[in-house]
Amino acid sequence: MTAPRSDQWPLWEVFTQPPGGEPHQHAGSVHAPDAEMALQNARDTYARRGEAVSIWVVPSSAITASSPEDSGPFFDPGNDKPYRHPQFYKVPRGGSSE
Amino acid sequence: MTMSPPLFEYLLRLGDDRLVLGHRLSEWCGHGPILEEDIATANLALDLLGQATLFLRLAGQVEGAGRDEDALAYWRDETGFRNLQLVELPRGDFGFTTMRQFLFDAWSYHLLEALSRSEHAELAAIAAKAQKENRYHLRHSSEWVLRLGDGTGESRARMQAALDELWPWTGEFWYQDAVDASLRAEGIAPDLEPLRAPWEAMANDVITRATLTVPGGPMRMTGGRAGRHTEHLGHLLAEMQIVARSHPGGKW
Repeated sequence: MTAPRSDQWPLWEVFTQPPGGEPHQHAGSVHAPDAEMALQNARDTYARRGEAVSIWVVPSSAITASSPEDSGPFFDPGNDKPYRHPQFYKVPRGGSSE
Repeated sequence: MTMSPPLFEYLLRLGDDRLVLGHRLSEWCGHGPILEEDIATANLALDLLGQATLFLRLAGQVEGAGRDEDALAYWRDETGFRNLQLVELPRGDFGFTTMRQFLFDAWSYHLLEALSRSEHAELAAIAAKAQKENRYHLRHSSEWVLRLGDGTGESRARMQAALDELWPWTGEFWYQDAVDASLRAEGIAPDLEPLRAPWEAMANDVITRATLTVPGGPMRMTGGRAGRHTEHLGHLLAEMQIVARSHPGGKW
């Protein structure tokens, strides 16, 4: 673990929702002293040209990420077991089931 | 004092306040205290420049002498500028810039709100558009005044020093003359006097919560609206106008 640099404000992850109702997506990160300023910095950095209708900010330290070593066990669950993939059903929302 | 039509004069005042303040903010570009604030400050400067463009373009049309917004911005001298003296003061430290921005944004909030109900449809539309941006500017500058005022010993001392220096210049916010009177009569411009108490309440609320104190003492002399400026405006214009004047009609 590296200690945060004392001359930097905490880091915040920014999620913006595009116009049109899609879910929030990760846009990037900003430094800010607190949540309100993080929102403002996020607005100025990622949403000034109408790219978003809603912004979430969350302290980067609150996010737990999977590590690259996990990629095998986490994300390669055995494509030889088709019963794990319920693609025999119609998907009720969000695009084609094909 | 002047032979120009009142509406032309009035639009110059609105445009020049924003052009000069926008230029002062733009001086922070690449020098902000932190990357995110550098971007934010440049954004505010661009917003103000955009507002100045609209006011000065309309001024040029009202004047009807073939001057567009660029001619007005780059080819007038100091005495032709009608901005408040407050906005031409050097940018100082970040505390000074922030405090000035807050006092101006809060004033602008009340002025633009009233102007958006002007009988002059185009002026009202420009004011309404500018107010949308200004609401965000005010939020940004208020939050900074709160954090820096109610911050460390050093940030608090700097903010109080900025307030002590700037407050006497705010008297000019309320300057009115024959230009205003004539436009008030036509329902084009609002009376500024009724805006004073709401502005003071808004300013005092943030200043008090920021643990700062409004200084007593007299207000400064005014003069910006008549083309009388501090020594600082000439230097600012020299830098702002040099390229346009060195390469007249230049495009890039």
